[in-house]
Amino acid sequence: MKPSTDKTLQSRRRFLENISRAAGGAVLYGIGLGLYSRQATSLPAQSIRPPGVANESDFLSACVRCGLCVRDCPYDTLKLSNLGDDVALGTPYFDARKIPCEMCEDIPCVKACPTGALDSALDNIDDARMGLAVLIDQEACIAFQGLRCEVCFNVCPLANKAISLNRTHNQRTGKHALIVPVVHSDACTGCGKCEHACILEEAAIKVLPTRLAKGELGHHYRLGWQEKQKAGESLVTPDTPHQYNLPEGTSYDYEGEGLIPAPKNNGRNFNDTPFNKSAIDRLNEGIK
Amino acid sequence: MSVSTTSLKIPGQEAVQKKGWLHAHKWLLLRRFSQILILFVFLLGPIFGIWIVKGNMSSSLTLNVLSLTDPFVFLQSVLSGHVVETTAVVGALIVFAFYAIVGGRVYCSWVCPINIVTDVADWFYRKFNIKSPVHFSKNNRYALLAAILLVTLVSGIMVWELLNPVTMLQRELVFTMGFSWAVVLSIFIVDAFISRRAWCGRFCPMGAFYSLFGKFSLIRVNALNRDACNDCMDCYVVCPEPQVIKPVLKKAGDSNPVILAGNCTNCGRCIDVCSEDVFSLGIRSEKFIV
Repeated sequence: MKPSTDKTLQSRRRFLENISRAAGGAVLYGIGLGLYSRQATSLPAQSIRPPGVANESDFLSACVRCGLCVRDCPYDTLKLSNLGDDVALGTPYFDARKIPCEMCEDIPCVKACPTGALDSALDNIDDARMGLAVLIDQEACIAFQGLRCEVCFNVCPLANKAISLNRTHNQRTGKHALIVPVVHSDACTGCGKCEHACILEEAAIKVLPTRLAKGELGHHYRLGWQEKQKAGESLVTPDTPHQYNLPEGTSYDYEGEGLIPAPKNNGRNFNDTPFNKSAIDRLNEGIK
Repeated sequence: MSVSTTSLKIPGQEAVQKKGWLHAHKWLLLRRFSQILILFVFLLGPIFGIWIVKGNMSSSLTLNVLSLTDPFVFLQSVLSGHVVETTAVVGALIVFAFYAIVGGRVYCSWVCPINIVTDVADWFYRKFNIKSPVHFSKNNRYALLAAILLVTLVSGIMVWELLNPVTMLQRELVFTMGFSWAVVLSIFIVDAFISRRAWCGRFCPMGAFYSLFGKFSLIRVNALNRDACNDCMDCYVVCPEPQVIKPVLKKAGDSNPVILAGNCTNCGRCIDVCSEDVFSLGIRSEKFIV
């Protein structure tokens, strides 16, 4: 073999060696990075993204971690995650229990974003969906104990739209009302003012990322009454009014009272509630 | 060449004697001044409430007008599938153009705060004559860079920004300090005791990225006066990428006297330590320098 070909062979071998070493290294790094990325991008439920984030994975590919949104937040709501926090490194988030979003009308955080990670198409803060408030602990919420609170309702920037008060029967006392807050996902922006204001030691109402807070009906489901409305008529054999086969004289309360025995005195219409609607009449009945 | 590698010899001693301390540290001082000044301008806002620059080195807004974005971070964002808005596109182009002129890895030696740490680590290494037990290939950074860009493309997540120590330190210095100091300490320990010049020279994919377009940059260090070289080897000792010097110190006529390797950071330390003034800073074309 000529020395020149020997040299070419040698250099070719070295070239191939280098290439395969580099490729091997790249593959190893790739596997490590790929696995790490999956772990490091999980977002804890209590960490809420600023307005204008549609979904977490799009956000993570768009945010350059510059913190300009943090700088322009007038209420110091937003902060950047540091090494050691469990939010993806360097990305903006807030903890509603500490400082909630004040829903500025001019949305300075979104305006500050240079990349569009916070969607600049968001021009009305009421359309923001940072998360969704959920009354997560009905056992602890004092409204469910029959106490008047309604703080979450009162601080809600979209009260009566995002949170309304629902009056139900107080089973414990049997004669009072429960005035219970109900969150509506079509209006709640996830600003977290309710969670921040909740008077409990640990908030009973919490803002969660929408993906955690919302259920989703199976797409094959059709709700009969909606279909009926769409079609203008019932799609199956029309409903016949249901006939209960009740013992004579009794009536049935759908609201939870169940079977109501026939009143001792006669002359009452069984389809009514067992009690007369007028308080005066009821007093008179008692006298009789 | 009489290579006398007396390991405890302080590089640049002759230059100090001949040119004076200040002159023999000119570029080093200018570089430290630049690195600290940039950091200081970023810190003016959060510390003193003087908002000349907002943001951090990944993306910033100067005087509410000039928007700058780091091209490497920008590239990752684009590869992960995000359609970036104009502000960031323009900002990245400005930064890209700047480094294309002054030298890609000028970012490393004149801007990046990690460089101060690794320079000190290397000074440590030389001062205490440490022998590092581990050696990585200089091409390691390109394998890492390739892996990062590929995983970013496939996963749609900016993987490297989940652990990039460079942007992490810059961010935590300007915003709130988390545990990035621990990462920086690790880099120091590795560089000083385990593997010399491991971070900036073997691992950092950001430096690797900048070196790619630094290859074509206008401003370059040259050894036009290479006939005066007395083979003292001081430049090799201080240079963070000594392989870039080798080709230009050959005999005149044998090679191009301009350092064209993309990994030269234009730090100018070789100019400082050379007692014979072999090196100077100029433009890439030999014809226009003289």
